[in-house]
Amino acid sequence: MTATVASGPGATPVFGPGPDRVESLADYRSHGGYGSGPDPEELLDRVAAADLRGHGGAGFPTAVKLRAVRDAGRSGRPPVVVANGEEGEPGSVKDRWLLRARPHLVLDGLARAAAITGADHAYVYVSDPTAERRVREALAERAFDGPPLELVRVEHAYVAGEESAVVRRIDGGPALPTAKPPRVFEQGVGGAPTLVANVETLARLALLAAGTDGGSTVLLTLSGGTRPALLVERPYGVTLGRLAREHGTPQPAAVLMGGLFGGLLPPSALDLPLDRVRLAAAGTGLGCGAIRFLAPNECPVSVAADAVDHLAVESSRQCGVCVSGTRALRDTLVALAEGRCDDDGIAALARWAQALPGRGACGLLDAAARLAGSLLTGFPDLVAAHQRHPCPTCAATPPNGGQRLRVPAPVPAPEPASGPARAAEPGAGATPAPAPEQGSAPASPGPAAGFGSGAEPRHAARPASAPEPASGPARAAEPGAGSTPAPVGAGLC
Amino acid sequence: MKLRIDSTRCQGYGECLPPAPRLIELDEWGYAKLLVVELTADQETAARAAVDACPNDALRLER
Repeated sequence: MTATVASGPGATPVFGPGPDRVESLADYRSHGGYGSGPDPEELLDRVAAADLRGHGGAGFPTAVKLRAVRDAGRSGRPPVVVANGEEGEPGSVKDRWLLRARPHLVLDGLARAAAITGADHAYVYVSDPTAERRVREALAERAFDGPPLELVRVEHAYVAGEESAVVRRIDGGPALPTAKPPRVFEQGVGGAPTLVANVETLARLALLAAGTDGGSTVLLTLSGGTRPALLVERPYGVTLGRLAREHGTPQPAAVLMGGLFGGLLPPSALDLPLDRVRLAAAGTGLGCGAIRFLAPNECPVSVAADAVDHLAVESSRQCGVCVSGTRALRDTLVALAEGRCDDDGIAALARWAQALPGRGACGLLDAAARLAGSLLTGFPDLVAAHQRHPCPTCAATPPNGGQRLRVPAPVPAPEPASGPARAAEPGAGATPAPAPEQGSAPASPGPAAGFGSGAEPRHAARPASAPEPASGPARAAEPGAGSTPAPVGAGLC
Repeated sequence: MKLRIDSTRCQGYGECLPPAPRLIELDEWGYAKLLVVELTADQETAARAAVDACPNDALRLER
């Protein structure tokens, strides 16, 4: 079942007025989009004052990152900016929803990031075909208001959105992480200082430029139990318990935080607010905003085993320690789920939880180690019980590569033909009719309707060997879009 | 000076251990793990020897 988009209460600036349908250029403009806004320096000050953080997972201060790229560009090659829409976390849908529903908001933010950093190239990086189509349609409606832009398509994979993997893919290589340093803000695409920014972060940059409070809320994908997944936008400070009630799992057995990156929290953590400092003090983090509430009849042990199994499968197999480490963690957690883990196994899990973080080129191994460590520290009685007796819940839910953790993304309805006119910008050439979304539900009344078709395009269903419909250096705008400069950059495929 | 490891290159040969047993240890699978990143002046010779010993250029020194 696709995630349901649930509006309100409170301000939802990233959702905008119609999160269940595709926002046209006219709609975006009518809500203050693409306005002249502050000059780049002033916008940078606003970003710093709002304490805007990256919404891709790491939560790094966006103003610091923008400044670092800008300054590196001043003393070297002109920078590159990338809108990162590749959403690797199986429990997160917000980036795909954003590109599918509000592509103009992201493109507006990307253009402003380019202006702040002085970038001479921009990229939109996606794996989701629907998101790609929406971005192309948006670029056909209005040429990109910035440097030459190229749309780069990548095969979906857990690590494909990691910033060094993004750079490697744009440079024509595989979408696999590289060792740091150098960080991409020092040396990224083609060796230039590169801003790889999550699409939600860029959307918030555009909101700040429009004078909207873009830094106080966060997009969250809430899933778990037997309830449908929800995509919500909520203010920081809301407690996990309140989100659990909202999701319909008021007394979860555990909370899987930050996609697969924040570990498992016990029910005693439900009082925690979504506050960066408080979450960090509790040994967890918000990551990409994906939160899974385990139903009372789900077992944290089997969920940990399943999540680590997913990570072991998704390891890019570049680092020996990641291949060996994720496999050892997975096998030991599976043994625990099957009631055959001795004290040595528990001691090994504790040792790996301490020793493995930071050892791989990317954070995948850290996530696996944190899942194991948080299970031991948050659920000691449950772990001890699993050593004594096989758990019937675990027996009924053996690991299957994390498939149960996957949440299909909502498909916002294309605008009805009778809707607001899709006004094209002067010089933007012909505006293609919106392609009907195969299988998508017609727009329905109500803020939480219109997404139940279950027709999420499945990346995994496409054979890896099949030719990609949109491989190769994608043009930023369709032929005839006129004013868009010719794209340059590395060829792909 | 900093000692850095590229985990994508470490193949677990273990050749780095004899020259720098105080800077590096091998984990239970044989992959190198740094015990020290920021090097003191008297550690640089051992670190350089470890870098030179790696058959796959997984270690490097950085100023």
